[in-house]
Amino acid sequence: MLILLLLYVIFMVVVAGLSSGFGSHSFIRRLPPPFITLSSLLVSIVLLLTFNRLDSHSIWEPFQWQLPFARLQVGIDPLSGFFLFPLLVLILSSATYGLSYLRGHDAGRLHWFYFSLLTGGMVVVLIARNALLFILAWEIMALASFLLVITDQQKPAAIQAGWIYFVTTHIGLAFLLALFFLLGQISGGLDFAGWSGVTFTTRQANWLFILALTAFGLKAGFIPFHIWLPLAHPAAPSHVSALMSGIMIKMGIYGLLRVCLIIQPFQTWWGVLLIVLGGISGILGVLFAIGQHDLKRLLAYHSVENIGIILIGLGLGMIGITHGQPTIAVLGFAGGLLHIANHALFKALLFMGAGAVIRQTGSAAIDRLGGLIKFMPRTALLFGVGSAAICGLPFFNGFISELFIYAAGLAGATGSGTQLTLICLAAILMLALIGGLAVACFTKVFGIVFLGEPRQPLDPVPSEAPSGMRYAMTLLALLCLAIGLAGPLIMPILSKPVRFLTGPLPLLPLYSITRIVGLILGGLLGCFLMVAGLYRLIRRRPPIPAQTVTWDCGYSQPAPTMQYTASSFAAPITDHYRLPLQTHIACQKDSQLFPDQPWQFHSLVEDWFLSRIYAPLINTFDRIFASLRWFQSGKTGRYVLYIAVTLIVLIIWKFF
Amino acid sequence: MNRFGLLISPFAALLLAPLLGGMINRTKAFFAGRRGQPLLQVYYDLWRLWRKESVYSRTTSCLFRIAPALIFGLTLAATLFVPFWPLTAPIGFSGDLIVLLYLLGLARFFLILTALDTGSAFEGMGASREAFFSALAEPVVLLCLLNIVRAHHADSLMTALAAPALTDSITLVLTTLPLFLILLAENARIPFDDPNTHLELTMIHEVMILDHSGRGLALLEYAAAIKLWIFSLILGRIILPVSATQPILRTIVLLLLIGLVAIIVGIIESVTARVRLLKIPQLLLGAGVLAALGFFISVTHVLIR
Repeated sequence: MLILLLLYVIFMVVVAGLSSGFGSHSFIRRLPPPFITLSSLLVSIVLLLTFNRLDSHSIWEPFQWQLPFARLQVGIDPLSGFFLFPLLVLILSSATYGLSYLRGHDAGRLHWFYFSLLTGGMVVVLIARNALLFILAWEIMALASFLLVITDQQKPAAIQAGWIYFVTTHIGLAFLLALFFLLGQISGGLDFAGWSGVTFTTRQANWLFILALTAFGLKAGFIPFHIWLPLAHPAAPSHVSALMSGIMIKMGIYGLLRVCLIIQPFQTWWGVLLIVLGGISGILGVLFAIGQHDLKRLLAYHSVENIGIILIGLGLGMIGITHGQPTIAVLGFAGGLLHIANHALFKALLFMGAGAVIRQTGSAAIDRLGGLIKFMPRTALLFGVGSAAICGLPFFNGFISELFIYAAGLAGATGSGTQLTLICLAAILMLALIGGLAVACFTKVFGIVFLGEPRQPLDPVPSEAPSGMRYAMTLLALLCLAIGLAGPLIMPILSKPVRFLTGPLPLLPLYSITRIVGLILGGLLGCFLMVAGLYRLIRRRPPIPAQTVTWDCGYSQPAPTMQYTASSFAAPITDHYRLPLQTHIACQKDSQLFPDQPWQFHSLVEDWFLSRIYAPLINTFDRIFASLRWFQSGKTGRYVLYIAVTLIVLIIWKFF
Repeated sequence: MNRFGLLISPFAALLLAPLLGGMINRTKAFFAGRRGQPLLQVYYDLWRLWRKESVYSRTTSCLFRIAPALIFGLTLAATLFVPFWPLTAPIGFSGDLIVLLYLLGLARFFLILTALDTGSAFEGMGASREAFFSALAEPVVLLCLLNIVRAHHADSLMTALAAPALTDSITLVLTTLPLFLILLAENARIPFDDPNTHLELTMIHEVMILDHSGRGLALLEYAAAIKLWIFSLILGRIILPVSATQPILRTIVLLLLIGLVAIIVGIIESVTARVRLLKIPQLLLGAGVLAALGFFISVTHVLIR
């Protein structure tokens, strides 16, 4: 399996690199996506077949590396294997999608090369078992995604988003280096295998946890580390957004879990902190999302929300372990892990749907769109599946993972022990609020973009998305439905990483819930289909239904501009939560009874984390370091002087 | 027997749910000094709508035509989780209350979408309010149901509902009172919403179904009636005092209690006014605070014991 994965990465990068380098003919330039798709399909099938035989301890070193401390050690355990599934599915679907999406659009020669570097980097991050190899892959992943974000170099917004992403990810890298440095110092080596054997004092473990949370949090993008997400995701091409939002941010969660496993045993406060952060990210993320008017930016904030849900699940799992409650531990971790995979599927589906909308209409502004279900019915259906799934509604995959997290919280909240009860209660109440607000947000998106009438004339009239894009989305939608209905079938894949995290705890609650929910939902769906079929059979030929204009309380000439807009749909919520959202409202009124000028009203939900916290912070640093700028004069003579002075100082220091 | 009994609850809901609407209307008529509609008027209305022709707006899509059936089906499916007849819990499992709430949530998802499908500002307004208020109500409903489960030391809602009523009056009040407020909110009743007025600006639920007609409207009205039935049934089963050894008597008392809930709803609608829309979040929060109080009391009870 490992050989196959390494060969996969190498071939992908080489093929993409060669075709970008030498592809003078457009046929060769278009070669990488089919290759990536097919090879990912092959690898994922092999992974599926061998998943049960994954050995968590075997580490393979193909050859010695001539770098100090670095060793090309790779390994694959249930945790890596579990993350590989959504990764491979997303790679193959986004490559298929990207091929059609980029048709007639110049994304630069090197696009597929960067793409394969990003995907290959993620695969290596998952299988690396040496700190330097991990950092190397992590950095390749970050740089490749940065280069993909700035694909649209004409847009200044894309460049700015790219820079903010670049800076954040490197602040994260600094923390990561500190983390690995500390781990290496404590244990005396940079191999993961060596770290697992070390026992850390509680104090050390706590500091390492904080470092890991910051380092990986900047990648995972939970609040307050989320600022790059809503900028970078809208700027990137849609299949790249799907890949970044779907799985790249999960690499942060993977890293956090990996480090937590190394610095075991878990502490209660880690779990509590994860739940608190998760709750804040979840609620604020969805509230910010409700206030957005740009389709892809809205989806980016939903990634913040879903990372929050994942953190709540993982936090419950940790608390379950520290309190010796196997039900909570198993269900919490299972919910968190499954939500990682689920979010990857439906978020990629939604980003691809958004990409289809943007490509076919040329607009990402929700308030301009409308009625697309009539022009792009299949895209609308697929986007609808994604919307229902992300809201955690039954019959789709989001429901199953949220149900596990709820069940973990319910088990805690109905049990004994004041602290545990209250934490679990808070967790599920936050989850319920997040769920309700997510429904509000996605009814807004789907309702405004796909239903009603176009709010501004669409020119040219949009057509259905190309078939390549639809195939990719259909695959993801089917997987969403499959996980939602056939829960028991995924248990063999889910139970291994859960056991890897929890140790030998009984998995019975997990199995029993999955089985009964699968039965109920499957039965219900069967009943619905049966009734629908019967109805079709027995009904008489229906009269052609009468058609008219929307009633509108008797107004017979409704116009598209009279429809409710996304802003007005969201207004009650953004008004009610104006304190946490800091909604800007500007209203220009005329004092006269019969105004000459039209009144103007403008409301804006802006990310105050960026404008009120990070911008002042960065400006302060900028001022401080500005005083050092004379040092970098740019004159060659000065630099030669610096070198000479350093040399002399070193010689003096050495000999005297 | 148990599995068989499970299938009774949808039929009971289908048969009896519209009666609640009739009872509420009769109560309101009594308070207004009128004779009022026949008790079975809601059934007549549903039958009349079912036979009528549908008129669709040109703006709407196929979603608008399918959604009423989906909403009806999902609401009916939710009745499985609040059993009417069997006195024990047929398929209780931890997390069944989540499935119940989310099935209703999916129905609401479709309802909001059909409202937006008409492209009318009125229905968009109703949809927006419904989305907001139900998001606020979601944690409160969860907390109420959780309180019931916790008070009975059960692990699922169904087992808790099958247990005999609580003897502890404080917990009983603090579980039923917020749940009753939630019943009013979720079913678009005064003081949250006015099911009678045709002034669209003030309405939530009624305005969302303005453009439906014929069979679609019949299904939506039926679904609304079943939803009221589900919540009344939960309330009735919480306060049901008769022991499980007398199934016939127990069922009769349960039916009387459900009727009582409907009459109380009618009384409230007769004697109170609808609150301003801006105050609804506070009302929901109030219900949440009551439920939270119930929860904390039950936690401290455990401590004292």
